[in-house]
Amino acid sequence: MCLGIPAKVIQIDESKLGKVDYLGTKVKTNLSLLEDIKVGDWVIVHAGFAISVLDEEEAQETLSLLREIAASHQEDEK
Amino acid sequence: MKEFKDKRVIQALLAEIEKKTRTLSSPIRIMEVCGTHTMTVHRYGLKNMIEETGVEMVSGPGCPVCITPNELHEAAIELVTQRENFILTTFGDMTRVPTEKGSLQTTVPAQNSLVDVVYSPEESLEKARLNPEKDVVFFGVGFETTIPAIIMTVKEAAEEGLANYSVLSALWLIPPPLKAIVDAKEIAIDGFLYPGHVSAIIGEKPYRFIAEEYGIPGAITGFEPSDMLLGILSTLEQIEEGKPKVTNAYSRVVRASGNPKALALMDEMLETKDAHWRGLGLIPQSGLRLKKNYASYDAEIKFSLKIKGGSGDLPGCRCGEVLRGLISPPQCPLFIGKCNPESPYGPCMVSFEGACLIFYKYHRAQKG
Ligand code: SF4
Repeated sequence: MCLGIPAKVIQIDESKLGKVDYLGTKVKTNLSLLEDIKVGDWVIVHAGFAISVLDEEEAQETLSLLREIAASHQEDEK
Repeated sequence: MKEFKDKRVIQALLAEIEKKTRTLSSPIRIMEVCGTHTMTVHRYGLKNMIEETGVEMVSGPGCPVCITPNELHEAAIELVTQRENFILTTFGDMTRVPTEKGSLQTTVPAQNSLVDVVYSPEESLEKARLNPEKDVVFFGVGFETTIPAIIMTVKEAAEEGLANYSVLSALWLIPPPLKAIVDAKEIAIDGFLYPGHVSAIIGEKPYRFIAEEYGIPGAITGFEPSDMLLGILSTLEQIEEGKPKVTNAYSRVVRASGNPKALALMDEMLETKDAHWRGLGLIPQSGLRLKKNYASYDAEIKFSLKIKGGSGDLPGCRCGEVLRGLISPPQCPLFIGKCNPESPYGPCMVSFEGACLIFYKYHRAQKG
């Protein structure tokens, strides 16, 4: 039920209804729960509503942490 | 972002986790609160891998379809079987939950009435707009993740003056049952993985009492395999340091203070109430209802429903214990035999977030 799907915002109209692209499919999404939303943002969509904007910087930080852990593990294995 | 599923990354994280558990004296038990977490753990075969590192994972109450008590399901059944010109909308899983009165899927609606499955609350509202001659009731179930979406439809209905729409609410808050589980002392829990998408709405603060008052660590956790392992790692770090807190291992989605717009909407429209949970009983301030100015959209009031007691759980189903983390589904004598996905006997076998269904899908072999 709390499944949320990451999708990219491709259209926003005045009443904050919009469309997101999810794996190539355009899906109607209500964007009214978000502040400062722009076309091109990645959002988490749940039950027809976008509930959060993905923070690119934070995502990169987690990714580099993961890469670091993987790299140091490879070192250990050697 | 393939790293979130990458095998090498997963192996490295598991090795890190094992390094930590080796330094800790006793075995560690972590509750993944959310049913979607339970799904990740099993779908990617992480269950055994995590257990081999010395961390036992138990599933928690984070399945809204499962914890909604039968008295509410029965009230919904009563509505649609007794009222004519009526549309009861709800999410698909909700229609299959068995009660003494059958399920929404098997009951025969009254004349010109029907049960309609929707994927989003907005679809329900649209049905009310399109069918002005009928009463449309959305049997809205959900945790904080879903609640804003549900009440937004009420707000829209109020703005449009749509009088034939209302919500039968099964709206639940996540922190109170965690307190109830800890207070019950039936199971010792060393750490919690907090549900990422609930947290996207409520932020970090509502969990802090668990660290501060009970000394139990926890991490807000996302839903990819690496996310889950990062959450476990962060929890173990807190145990190691003896400094329980609430960390955020899902920072790409969750802000410390949650989603301010969603929280403001909930504040404006809802008030807390004591509520009955399946398996957990009455939990103070754990449910939500619409405030007075939206009372005409509350199906319970609008149709003078008596939602008390009901017939209770079907005898023999141990879903309640599964939701409290006390037993794992294969320990239920009805698992696979009398209770299976084709004919579920309890809600934990109905919902795709229910531990029984998840175990059935991925571990059928475990039981004979
Ligand atoms: S297997 Fe079925 S009967 Fe047993 S606890 Fe799970 S849902 Fe209930």
